[in-house]
Amino acid sequence: MSDTLIQVKDLYKVFGEKPDTVMPLVKQGKSKDDILAETGHTVGLKEINLEIKRGEIFVIMGLSGSGKSTLIRHFNRLIEPTAGEIIVEGTDVMKLGKTELEQFRRHKMSMVFQRFGLMPHYTVIENVSYGLKIQGVEKGERHQKAREWLETVGLKGYEEQYPSQLSGGQQQRVGLARALCTDAEILLMDEAFSALDPLIRSEMQDQLIELQQKLHKTIIFITHDLDEALRLGDRIAILKDGLLVQQGEPEEILLHPADDYVEAFVKDVNRARALTVETVMKEPAYRITAETIGEALKQMKAGPHDYGYVVSNDGEFQGVATQEWLEEESASGHADYTWEQADMDEVSTISSDAVLETVIPETLESDHPVPVVDEEGHLQGELSRSSLAEVLVDPNAEVETPKS
Amino acid sequence: MAEKSWITDIPELDRGTLLTIRKTLDGAYRDFSREYGDSIEAFFDPLLNFLIWFEKLLLDSPWWVVLGVIAGLAYAASRSVKLTIGVAISLTVVGYFGMWDDTMRTMSIITVCTLLAIVVGIPVGIAMARSNRIQATVTPMLDIMQTMPAFVYLIPVVMLLGIGRIPGVIAVVIYAIPPVIRLTNLGIRLVDKEVLEAATAYGANGRQRLIGVQLPLAMPTIMAGINQTIMMALAMVVIASMIGVKGLGQPVLKSITNQYFTIGLLNGLAIVVLAIIFDRVSQAYGKRTQAHLGGGHE
Repeated sequence: MSDTLIQVKDLYKVFGEKPDTVMPLVKQGKSKDDILAETGHTVGLKEINLEIKRGEIFVIMGLSGSGKSTLIRHFNRLIEPTAGEIIVEGTDVMKLGKTELEQFRRHKMSMVFQRFGLMPHYTVIENVSYGLKIQGVEKGERHQKAREWLETVGLKGYEEQYPSQLSGGQQQRVGLARALCTDAEILLMDEAFSALDPLIRSEMQDQLIELQQKLHKTIIFITHDLDEALRLGDRIAILKDGLLVQQGEPEEILLHPADDYVEAFVKDVNRARALTVETVMKEPAYRITAETIGEALKQMKAGPHDYGYVVSNDGEFQGVATQEWLEEESASGHADYTWEQADMDEVSTISSDAVLETVIPETLESDHPVPVVDEEGHLQGELSRSSLAEVLVDPNAEVETPKS
Repeated sequence: MAEKSWITDIPELDRGTLLTIRKTLDGAYRDFSREYGDSIEAFFDPLLNFLIWFEKLLLDSPWWVVLGVIAGLAYAASRSVKLTIGVAISLTVVGYFGMWDDTMRTMSIITVCTLLAIVVGIPVGIAMARSNRIQATVTPMLDIMQTMPAFVYLIPVVMLLGIGRIPGVIAVVIYAIPPVIRLTNLGIRLVDKEVLEAATAYGANGRQRLIGVQLPLAMPTIMAGINQTIMMALAMVVIASMIGVKGLGQPVLKSITNQYFTIGLLNGLAIVVLAIIFDRVSQAYGKRTQAHLGGGHE
């Protein structure tokens, strides 16, 4: 089952008086500057091909002038393309007639804007219910629904205020509630959090992630901030001068930038926040398979390791045994104890999909590499102080990407 | 130097040609007014009837009823007791100096002219805002209307419709309509692009965008235009009195020809009082209704 919701095929946008006459030049591969000098036309987007899956957050990122805002406005045709198709569930948006397009905008997509785009002459509740009003939903019903969404975004009690009476963060919550209120499946977010200060921005990001876990919308999110892209995106596409330079999952972009442009971006990223344990952990060095303490000590003395992870027969992680502890236990006559009988110290484990930042304390405190476990408690790998330090300190460090 | 040279004198049409042009144009226009004057007059009859009815209403009602209604309207628009009392007192003073009837006549014609200017001007302004081509066509016409000496377009209006209220109204409207057209156009064009884009993105059609977003957001600017229109209409009332518009303009005109300084001054001041009342009330109304548009926290 291919669950592609939106497909963008060979999308081109040329700004200027007679874009069609310039298209052959663009297709020949002439550079943006040459075309501007020769014809006075600006190439906005060039050969964009994207597939966006149902239920994912797809981030399109690029610096100003890269065409990202132009691109997002093609999805609901606020901007008409010069060539190309955008197919949403089998319908080519570009071929819709005027009324069909209006219907499509009312029911399929909603949009959140960088500078909020709220109607200053409407109260908060009127703003939130705006989409439903356009659809012709009766007042009582649409206000009822708007009230629910306002509560969801944490703005209960602000219904009768005007947007100018709210702070930036609150205004964007209204913008978000307005977008959610129409129950549209696709959410277009055009630099939705860029105008907010960092603290509020990160709060809004959390809220979006939380909402997304409940709602499973398909979100197309535009940003110029890579940290934001990495935090929110299930997949990321990077746009430069109207061209897609790379698309993929966050780790892929972070660890294998496609070119210098992406690399320059990636350099300043806070890796501790962007990478998960899974991407940097190593295979567990040594699993203890022996049944008793005495045997384990014997095995360990034979091998190069001075610690090992105790795993039950069905793969469940039990604890860490160091050579020192095994010797102590044997000395006090517990050599034939099985693991159930032995009184092993509690060891903190970390989850494989935790963000590195959150596991730094555990990793630093522990004398030996910290065991990484998955949701079922099975041992997945280990994270040592040195591998953590390596990834965080040197941006060019070689990291093995798990082939999962 | 007997011979005229194009170096010293600007080349001119010879008199014969000029005369022919004048005769042709005047003749054509005269024929046009003879042919269509009556039907055009008939077209304006409803307006004339309304004007007469409204004037009579203001004149025949007891003065304190009229004063009460005006003060009531001022309060309803501005919600300011101070302004309302000011309006009542200044109108009473104007009446006390014997100018009540003329003031009422002027007020009725101004009201009708303003309403007419709004009814015609706002749709024209909307059309201008929607199309650059219409804007390019209408703007020079507005320039001409505003700069052409008002006396000049009194002539064709009088030729067509004779002397009286309707030609007066038409002359006043032509003179006073440009601000409301210009500022409607400007106001709509200045509406925040992102807000309009948001409306479009949620599937609003042209009419929903116009009524729901563009007009309300352009309203402060449009109100400024209406305000300007009222002021210009008041200024034009004096000139329009030359073609038989009754009201405060006629005594002013009379005092110019007879050098009655005091009468001129008093009637002039009465016009000023009307202007101030219209201006303050409409501005207070604008401010009150657009308070939340201004941005910033309250």
